[in-house]
Amino acid sequence: MEIIETVIEKNGLLFAFLCVGVLMWVSFWLSSRLTRNKIPGVAIAILAGLGLALLGEEKGLADIPLFAGMAVLGGAMFRDFSVVATAMGADLDQIKKAGPAGVISLLVGVSFSFFLGVFIAYLLGYTDAVSLTTIGAGACTYIVGPITGGALGASSEVIAISIATGVVKTLVATIGTPMIAKYIGLDNPHSAVVFGGLIGTTSGVAAGLAATDPKLVPYGAMTATFYTGLGCLLCPSVFYFLVNSLF
Amino acid sequence: MIIYGVALLAFCFLVGKLMGSFLGSLIGINGDVGGVGFAMLLLMLINLYLKRKGWLLVETQKGILFWSSMYLPIIVAMAATRNVKAAVSGGPIAIVVGLIVTLSAFFLVPLIAKIGREKPED
Repeated sequence: MEIIETVIEKNGLLFAFLCVGVLMWVSFWLSSRLTRNKIPGVAIAILAGLGLALLGEEKGLADIPLFAGMAVLGGAMFRDFSVVATAMGADLDQIKKAGPAGVISLLVGVSFSFFLGVFIAYLLGYTDAVSLTTIGAGACTYIVGPITGGALGASSEVIAISIATGVVKTLVATIGTPMIAKYIGLDNPHSAVVFGGLIGTTSGVAAGLAATDPKLVPYGAMTATFYTGLGCLLCPSVFYFLVNSLF
Repeated sequence: MIIYGVALLAFCFLVGKLMGSFLGSLIGINGDVGGVGFAMLLLMLINLYLKRKGWLLVETQKGILFWSSMYLPIIVAMAATRNVKAAVSGGPIAIVVGLIVTLSAFFLVPLIAKIGREKPED
């Protein structure tokens, strides 16, 4: 037993690969078996991760020495590195194709989500600019939240709230899109481009559009790809200053 | 070679982070401001340039696409290493904010879609 623990603790990062791989496999299996892919496997995996984090304190699951490698895999370096890599899926030419509607929806989508998020967080009792900005950024996506919080030095719990907010958004987009599509005219590529820019959470947009009409997925995903990058650019800079000058 | 792609990604990442950190110190935040965004923009520009020149080989792309497909598992690992206990004790704020923001954004779709259509598409 001691030998097993020593081997795992010495190879923490690799053990984390194994753990996350198993967690994702189970989540995707549950997604297809129990929810017929209505709730995306990614959303289940993230919720499961947040649940497992309850086993620890400050660093979540990584507080348990056996799972310390999870903090490396889920740390800022790997996170930012892989997020930058997703830019490969976006083509500058595609921005031009998405046209003015896509650009407007992206700007409106990020600003709207952020400031509405800040406003609600303020109503719920948060008053410091860093926490408000981090939660508002979490209302953009679950990636913008922690990146913004990290840049501004928000507390770990506020960052956790911002991730949870982004996850809730993914879930609402996934489950709500097919239900609400016909009321908002979401039945053509043009609207799908706008939808992707307004909602922005890539997995939620892709899953929600797939459940509505699979043909619309690339149009929504096209604009959604830029949402997180735009959020990461605006939230810790321009938006933070706006919030900071207001509160 | 796959490492060329990983190296290119690392180059963009580090340059972006540097720009973000410079911007951060310029405006008085002790940290990285928009570094990820700059890095993404740089990667897209270099990607476009290399594609036009025909210099972007499939193997090179694989090195970047691997890391791009690792982002979901990394986000899962990140979720598992947050101070969720503190977040949960903070109340149902995540659910309230997430729900209201997303539902409200749904209803902006027909509005923005109309604005977009009025403009000439080229």
